[in-house]
Amino acid sequence: MSDTTASQGWFTSLANPTRFLALSGRVLPYLAAAAVITSVIGLYMSFTAPEDYQQGITVRIMFIHVPAAWLAMMCYSVMAVASIGTLVWRHPLADVAAKSALPIGAAFTFLSLLTGSLWGRPMWGTWWVWDARLTSVFVLLLMYLGLMALHKAMDDPARAARPAAVLTLVGFINIPIIKFSVDWWNTLHQPASVIRLDGPTIHASMLYPLLVMAIAYTLIFFTLHFMAMRNEIWRRRVAAMRRQAAQSIGGETRP
Amino acid sequence: MMSHEDFVFLSYAATAVTLLGLLLLTVADGRARKRELAELEAQGVRRRSQAPGGPRP
Repeated sequence: MSDTTASQGWFTSLANPTRFLALSGRVLPYLAAAAVITSVIGLYMSFTAPEDYQQGITVRIMFIHVPAAWLAMMCYSVMAVASIGTLVWRHPLADVAAKSALPIGAAFTFLSLLTGSLWGRPMWGTWWVWDARLTSVFVLLLMYLGLMALHKAMDDPARAARPAAVLTLVGFINIPIIKFSVDWWNTLHQPASVIRLDGPTIHASMLYPLLVMAIAYTLIFFTLHFMAMRNEIWRRRVAAMRRQAAQSIGGETRP
Repeated sequence: MMSHEDFVFLSYAATAVTLLGLLLLTVADGRARKRELAELEAQGVRRRSQAPGGPRP
């Protein structure tokens, strides 16, 4: 057996929900512990970082606003990859992964909008402006809510999987629009200052807390995502067992 | 008139409430599903893959 076959075998073995439950059950306590420890370190660094010479203490909102916005986009990217898994390989866990990421992505998008608004009011003098960055993130929130509504509208997850995957992939066009909106259009929102070709433009005293908080948010995301995926597998098992029970009762009563 | 400290406090408080709320909902959802599975198994209901002679998982 070649290395490629071996790695494919290992990867496809994860597609088995029972194996995923066993593996995620072992990984989750470590993931959750890492998320808590990194969050505590990140919060300590955020509150001991120097205040900005212009923005004062409000710069501390950056340490929770920026990671929330990054995770809002990363979560959607995870869903887009999972949607390809649903449409191309019909991976058993792909739809479970995409569906269970939805509330988490919606929560991060909501937090990026809310903390952005709470930062914008003292710094820009306004809670909200319909500029390209804010509007495209608001559209992202609507996409999350729309996909959640689509899943709620269909009782059978197998029927919802394909339209939800197509809609997710169509909506992925919004992710580069969000990222580059500050470069393509004249917006009130500042341009990128961390992820840029010529390197970050933030001083290290503020960059390091921001990066630690971003790692913490990523760990929080994967902890919640693994938990939600396990819940979704159990939900589908309960539905399958109820169907099985109903069919066996129907079979017994039939003449 | 809100001070700058108020804006910072509200941001962190809203983040904590949202993320802890999501965590609690997820934990509660998991417990409810496990309870349902346990009830069905106690009634003798088996998934097709677990049934004797059924497909292997």
